[in-house]
Amino acid sequence: MKIDKNTINKIARLSRIKLDDKESEDYIKDLNSILDWVEQLNEVNTENVEPLSNISSSILPKREDVSKDNNSSEEILENAPDKLEGFFAVPKVVE
Amino acid sequence: MNNLIKGEKYDWEMVIGLEIHAQVKSNSKLFSSSSTKFGSSPNSQVSLVDAAMPGMLPVINKYCVEQAVKTGVGLNAKINNYSVFDRKNYFYADLPQGYQISQYKYPIVGEGKVTIDFKDGTSKDIRIVRLHLEQDAGKSLHDQNPSKTYVDLNRSGVALMEIVSEPDIRTPDEAGMYISKIRSILMYLDTCDGNMQEGSLRADVNISVRKPGDEYGTRCEIKNLNSIKFIKQAINYEAKRQIEILESGGSIEQNTMLFNTSTGKTRPMRNKEEAHDYRYFPDPDLLPLEISKEEIGKIKLSIPELPDELKNKFIETYKLSNYDASVLTAEKQTSDYFNETINSDPELKNHAKIVVNWITSELFSLLNKNNQDLNNSPVSPENLGQLIKLISTNEISGKIAKDVLEDMFSSGKTARQIVDEKGLQQVTDQGEIAKVIDEVIAENPKMVEQYLAGKDKLLGFFVGQAMKLSKGKANPKMLNDILKQKLNKKN
Repeated sequence: MKIDKNTINKIARLSRIKLDDKESEDYIKDLNSILDWVEQLNEVNTENVEPLSNISSSILPKREDVSKDNNSSEEILENAPDKLEGFFAVPKVVE
Repeated sequence: MNNLIKGEKYDWEMVIGLEIHAQVKSNSKLFSSSSTKFGSSPNSQVSLVDAAMPGMLPVINKYCVEQAVKTGVGLNAKINNYSVFDRKNYFYADLPQGYQISQYKYPIVGEGKVTIDFKDGTSKDIRIVRLHLEQDAGKSLHDQNPSKTYVDLNRSGVALMEIVSEPDIRTPDEAGMYISKIRSILMYLDTCDGNMQEGSLRADVNISVRKPGDEYGTRCEIKNLNSIKFIKQAINYEAKRQIEILESGGSIEQNTMLFNTSTGKTRPMRNKEEAHDYRYFPDPDLLPLEISKEEIGKIKLSIPELPDELKNKFIETYKLSNYDASVLTAEKQTSDYFNETINSDPELKNHAKIVVNWITSELFSLLNKNNQDLNNSPVSPENLGQLIKLISTNEISGKIAKDVLEDMFSSGKTARQIVDEKGLQQVTDQGEIAKVIDEVIAENPKMVEQYLAGKDKLLGFFVGQAMKLSKGKANPKMLNDILKQKLNKKN
């Protein structure tokens, strides 16, 4: 797989990152070399091998269904650039 | 059954599949211990995990997992011992993480099915593809300010079960019956409160149309419908729209649509140039979810009687029709009420059909008229049972019983009290009824003549007059018999 200008633009847009031409060029080079490196794995025959999802033998820790009162609004809104009556206020995103 | 709809040129068949989002009824969220309570002040139930502060890690709620398994069993579905949480990536103001934790390739529940019952006694299976666990997003308010959207993260991270059906649904009515059935199962299991108004249960509808026998057409998805009425409206509108396009030689573009509840129309969402690319990948913060056979077995033991089992039991025990039994079991509160009523007196078991009718027609219509719910019905099951016993033992007539029920409803008195106070007992004394009939015959000599001359229809007139004179209390069958006897004697 090769990363070209279109792909890099698409990834940038999906990630909401703005790239200028110079940056795009750099990323194309970097990402391609990463992909090339990873592609070496294709040399290994993985037929009939289940993908490994976790290398530890630990199991997913679970919690009991107990709710804690956060009363969080003040703390949560502390970093908000704009807020109103307990809500985050963001630029209109309506369809 | 003909499910086709007529276009200008051809007959068309709808092909419909539903994705139902059901909020898990739990105290805390799927991956954090924030409360899930509905209607609290904005952003008051948001932990640092829900707000996606850097470094926060999700820890799964054991109870929510059990509820998903329980629901899977209720949907006659395969429970997967191994499932994986993935990140579904997209940007939106009410999604602080920038991704939703969901399940993609390995859902917790696999294929299942539910059955819907039609009025004509037939039924149909709708196949389920899967059920998976995922996080809900926050809530955006768009209509409060011309240039701003307000965001409340209280719902952010609440556990949802997404239930996906095969495209087995063919009409808007079937879609309505399917979601009602799912809702009913969820409520019997107590895994979701089923409250569509508060958004605890909502659906995305996938719909396409085709000429009968053709391959599936291109589908559109209508997002986020939160009432059965809207689901049916949206399907009807969208099918018509697609048919018009196809009949005028156009083709359907696969699209995500929004339904406007005030105009009843669907329209495509705007930013389609950014066709969604969710870039699913396994969430590195969460290990795979493994559930042992023993755990599943334990959960199965905790499952109560479900609507279909109860339905079959009702049919067998009380000889009810499939449809009556399915109406009774559609909501847990109805079947509970029926059970309590019929068990309030041993006699009533022989009059199950009457009990059904009094609950589903008389009591329901009173509740409807007064905007009340069976849960807080002013008439208790015991009291309704008493009323029905008075009917079945011929102490009062069915007609008078309707008035008594209304009285019970508004005054809270028992049937016995009302009947005694107002002296409503049915007159079953031969002599007393005969006396009334004699009076009617004596007062209407001309009518008697006409009747005897062959105008049989007049019998109804005499019955009416006699009933009126007895203030509705005469036993109708006895009244009829004696009246006929007396009139014919005149011959």
